[in-house]
Amino acid sequence: MQPTTPKRRQRIIEHCKAWSWLTPSLIGVLVFFIIPFCVVIYYSVLDNPIFANFVGLDNFIKLFSNSAFIRAARNTAIFSVIAVPLSVVLSLWMAFALNSKIPGKSWLRSCFLCPLMVPIASVVLVWQVIFHYHGTLNQITSVFGIEPVDWFKTNWSYFVLTIMFLWKTLGYNMILFMSAIAGIPRDIVEVAQLEGASGWYTFLHIKLRYLSPTILFVTILSIISSFKMFREVYLLTGDYPFESMYLLQHFMNNTFNSLDYQKLSSAAVLLSVVMVILIGIMFLIERKFGEDVEE
Amino acid sequence: MIQLRSPKVREHFLTALLFILALLAAILFILPTVLTISNSFMSEKEITANYGAMIESATADKKTYISEELNLKFIPDKVSFSQYASVLFKSPDYLLKFWNSVILVVPITVFQILLAAFTAYGFSRYRGRIREIIFFMYIILMLMPYQVTLVPNYLVSDWLGILGTRWAIILPGIFSPFSVYLLTKVMRRIPKAYYEAARLDGASEFQIFWHICLPLTRSAMLSVGLLVFIDYWNMVEQPLILLKDQDQFPLSVFLSQINSGDVGLAFAVAVVYMIPALLLFLYGEEYLVEGITYSGGVKG
Repeated sequence: MQPTTPKRRQRIIEHCKAWSWLTPSLIGVLVFFIIPFCVVIYYSVLDNPIFANFVGLDNFIKLFSNSAFIRAARNTAIFSVIAVPLSVVLSLWMAFALNSKIPGKSWLRSCFLCPLMVPIASVVLVWQVIFHYHGTLNQITSVFGIEPVDWFKTNWSYFVLTIMFLWKTLGYNMILFMSAIAGIPRDIVEVAQLEGASGWYTFLHIKLRYLSPTILFVTILSIISSFKMFREVYLLTGDYPFESMYLLQHFMNNTFNSLDYQKLSSAAVLLSVVMVILIGIMFLIERKFGEDVEE
Repeated sequence: MIQLRSPKVREHFLTALLFILALLAAILFILPTVLTISNSFMSEKEITANYGAMIESATADKKTYISEELNLKFIPDKVSFSQYASVLFKSPDYLLKFWNSVILVVPITVFQILLAAFTAYGFSRYRGRIREIIFFMYIILMLMPYQVTLVPNYLVSDWLGILGTRWAIILPGIFSPFSVYLLTKVMRRIPKAYYEAARLDGASEFQIFWHICLPLTRSAMLSVGLLVFIDYWNMVEQPLILLKDQDQFPLSVFLSQINSGDVGLAFAVAVVYMIPALLLFLYGEEYLVEGITYSGGVKG
């Protein structure tokens, strides 16, 4: 028997099998996302779709002198940079705090998961009542003699946005962390404590390492939901909110409605480049930090 | 003082403190939901009396305020079902939009999960450099804000001639990579020995998928399904861009635009919209925790 030919044939068969599982989804992803995205890249270096002159990076340079884009990008960046880490760190802290024996844990858990499941549109009314100029929050602060604040129309809107984001994400992130904490091997922690490691050391070098895949996962979920905060903002304030709430998504939507494809495509390309770099960095950090615990 | 120093008492004290803090947090988390529900039992008169200022300003181009204060009220003076009656009998519009939501979201959820299970099996069973790269591409796609994929979506719908129809939302929804990522993560944890054993017994690859892989990932599929459902149940961007006819818009886009004419049913509509999500949540809460934690990369 010749060892090479059947082996090779088997490998080819394996390959075919593997691809046959992936093909249906791959076709859809190619047709609906990848191929049109290539067209978007193509649009982003043209002056307009009809004459189709190559203009290089002109559209991108124009984008950077567009004040609406700059404001939208800055607002989105500030919000994400504050809100996502805040949500991850706070939920990790809460998970450690709640990890001890507490009565009624499953009831508490249901409460924490509730914001995840309730449709945004359903609670938008309540947010409006709370943050309205004549709303609940201002009534409470006025008791302490604090001037009423127009939460949606001043720079406080960052704060409002962050609160709504935390309300929505904290509970679920915390639940994910709690079950991850339960999965940390206890013997390793105990050995470290016996050898005199400080609480801080065990936390940083043992617990955090075991949690790093979950931290990455929670961060990914939080980033996704931070982009979806546009929905809340849209439902609360419409197409043109106050400028500190004007997000990249507003910019894209409004550009879309004015049919400026060049501006839109270059913004989309730019945003995706930034995202790819960020995601790459995140995965590198996770790989480096958690490498000891990977099997 | 001496007693408080003893470790046991201190431990109890700490537990009690934590419990109270947790309870407060829990109340904060469910408060908006509870408020929406309790307010849905107020009569139109009571709503106008308490929230008139908000609703007036929302209609009058958000500029004029009526000097009335808003009163957040927890318990209605008199329980009234008039809001629900208005939703059900007087404004069939809202029910129609509710139905619009259903026929968009249900097919997306069902088919996305089925397709994702199929694809995830391929990703988890066969490793290889090209497939790893493709998988990473799925992750990047999953993390893209919708506004990046919006232009591509629009272009394709235009080419395929489905722009302005529901297909323009449903088809890209089915191929969304989110659930592929989660399910692949989960399926990669199934021990290889299971597959080998089945193969030795003469099972075909599809039989292995159907009889071994799917039953083992049932809870993960349910939890991913829940997440996908709630995500699309909340959709705002897609209908605004891809649908032309406002009659096809789902309720999620409309709930915020309740105007003075509808004061009497605002909260009831919100509650009606909440019901499917809450029912699914009550049914699938267990899965939501256990199913997803596997994909979080939790060891052990």
